[in-house]
Amino acid sequence: MSAGFYFGMEVFLNGMMAGVMYSLVALGFVLIFKASGIFNYAQGVMALFAAMTLVGIQTGQVPFAHLINTIFGTNFHHFGWHLPAFVAILLALGVMILFAFIVERFILKHLVNQEPIILFMATIGLAYFMEGFGDLMWGSEIMKMDVGIPQGGNLWIEENTAFLGGDDFYGFYLDTLDIYATVIAAILVVALVLFSKYSKTGRALRAVADDHQAALSVGISLRAIWVIVWAIAGFVALVAGIMWGSKSGVQFSLSLIALKALPVLMLGGFTSIPGAIIGGMIIGVGEKMFEFLIGAPFLGGATENWFAYMLALLFLVFRPQGLFGEKIIERV
Amino acid sequence: MFYREAGDFKTSYPKDEQTFPIKLDRTGYYATMLFAFCVVPFMVNDYWASAVLLPFLIYSIAVIGLNILIGYCGLLSLGSGGFMAVGAYSSYKLMTSFPDLSMIVVVLLSGLITAVVGAAFGLPSLRIKGFYLAVATLAAQFFLVWLFNKVAWFYNYSASGQISAPERTVFGFYITGPNTQPAVAYLFCLVFAVGLAWVARNMTRSNTGRKWMAIRDMDIAAEIIGVNPLKAKLSAFAVSSFYIGVAGALLFSVYLGAAEVGESFGMSKSFLLVFMVIIGGLGSMFGSFAGAAFMVLFPVLLKNIMVGQLGWATDIAAHFEFVIVGLLIVGFLIVEPHGLAALWRVAKDKLRLWPFPH
Repeated sequence: MSAGFYFGMEVFLNGMMAGVMYSLVALGFVLIFKASGIFNYAQGVMALFAAMTLVGIQTGQVPFAHLINTIFGTNFHHFGWHLPAFVAILLALGVMILFAFIVERFILKHLVNQEPIILFMATIGLAYFMEGFGDLMWGSEIMKMDVGIPQGGNLWIEENTAFLGGDDFYGFYLDTLDIYATVIAAILVVALVLFSKYSKTGRALRAVADDHQAALSVGISLRAIWVIVWAIAGFVALVAGIMWGSKSGVQFSLSLIALKALPVLMLGGFTSIPGAIIGGMIIGVGEKMFEFLIGAPFLGGATENWFAYMLALLFLVFRPQGLFGEKIIERV
Repeated sequence: MFYREAGDFKTSYPKDEQTFPIKLDRTGYYATMLFAFCVVPFMVNDYWASAVLLPFLIYSIAVIGLNILIGYCGLLSLGSGGFMAVGAYSSYKLMTSFPDLSMIVVVLLSGLITAVVGAAFGLPSLRIKGFYLAVATLAAQFFLVWLFNKVAWFYNYSASGQISAPERTVFGFYITGPNTQPAVAYLFCLVFAVGLAWVARNMTRSNTGRKWMAIRDMDIAAEIIGVNPLKAKLSAFAVSSFYIGVAGALLFSVYLGAAEVGESFGMSKSFLLVFMVIIGGLGSMFGSFAGAAFMVLFPVLLKNIMVGQLGWATDIAAHFEFVIVGLLIVGFLIVEPHGLAALWRVAKDKLRLWPFPH
């Protein structure tokens, strides 16, 4: 076994980890799509907003400080506290739930029965709004997220895998944060699946996903379900925001992970929770391996930007509903 | 009182099918053309040309193209920024490889090249629909931007990776480069905008356009009545990309002068064009112009008010722009999903009965 093989293995493992991070974002999409048929483009910006709110609350920033200072000529920026991570996460979750209420009340309620494409465009508008709003509220500087998740290479794995290769192999390099993310994503998926299978609300969610009108006729409140779904999606966004924020800082590029999650969805199917996870894995591994084997040596690198899309595109031509999506049946 | 069809008798089929059946509309159209061609070129100065008129005309062309795809054929595309880049880079390659080629030919050829690329990326539309297609067109966006960034041949191996337009003339007037008169650049773009809009308007009510609309309304039913979906969808992609390519070529050579692909033709450009289509109105020529005008003028106005009048910092103004644009999109979709064009239609219907409504 050559060192190149082990290096390839390492790329593979890291691809898996990256895939989990994509799946975290894709999960939020699937939840909302299943329950309301809305393709929520704003999911990535929601993750950014949640992360910003979390950091803002934790470090005691004054919301809209810049705006208030500009208008009234005052000069304050911080409340001067530093909350423990746990409290800040709970408060940020509260903000996301409030956000779900606002979205339902001011946007979704008015767009019932519109074509899906109109709803999709409305979420693009929502994404723009949140992007500007988040920047106004917390400022647009890069913020550092610190909720106590350890980072850096995992020495234990590195030391215990070193014996596999020869003298020039020092063990697999895996980021501890990615391992945490994997575990948390696994817990999240299991929890969501259990919730939708065994709880009363979960059953209602599935009923709404099946057929809006039939669900209404047996007394399920659509509006309440939408609020719940958007709140759960907000929670998933918060988790994704924490993970990505701890990894690379809370900044605008965080919202672009939504763009990474889209091919994951196409591959896994828009309606399947396991599909989101497996699609994420395939994309994560595929793009890392492609970059390693073909992209970097032959194509000049940075193929990660488009590889996922091309893969999903090719895949869709043969299976339009994705891996686990429901079969698309069309009637005239 | 003045705006009605009563007493305006049509005596032939062509007259019955004309674009502006009401006399006041027709007069208004000719007056606008006269004003745009004969008055504006003498009044235009550098600021107006570069801040308002040129972007308005160029984006109008692109929005007409995108509207053909989204509004008339019902295929949502988020890759128009990438197609604009194809237009821009092919115009650059044509300008530098064939210095004697007329700019008019260069722009049209860039459009044709983009049409071929667009049709190639339109191929998946035969299998996938709706969101899937929208996301699939993002593949075009990312792939094309990456391509123009990585393959040095496209930017003639320049060290900065930028492309900049060499000086070219049309009928003896500079049309690109620093010596361009604003009036000349304006007229050049205006001719393209008006000509292409005229073609598009007539195409949408021809056989081709009707096929697109049949596909948009229900593609399976359209197939049953004998519309070939392959031809209809690919022709929509090709025509739409031709328009977007022409707009990209003009944007780069006449308006910007120099461009870097990620910055000038990134995702945000694709979204800007989609917003223009939504705000203007899906499936409307007037809407295409109205949407482009709105999205060009609106940020200029906001900036003037917030930075110029209130003296706020530019970054706060920029954030506010995002907030307001987002609110506008959502607001438009809730109140009037068919955009400014529908508002205009309602206003005209009211005007017909004015001043004696039932």
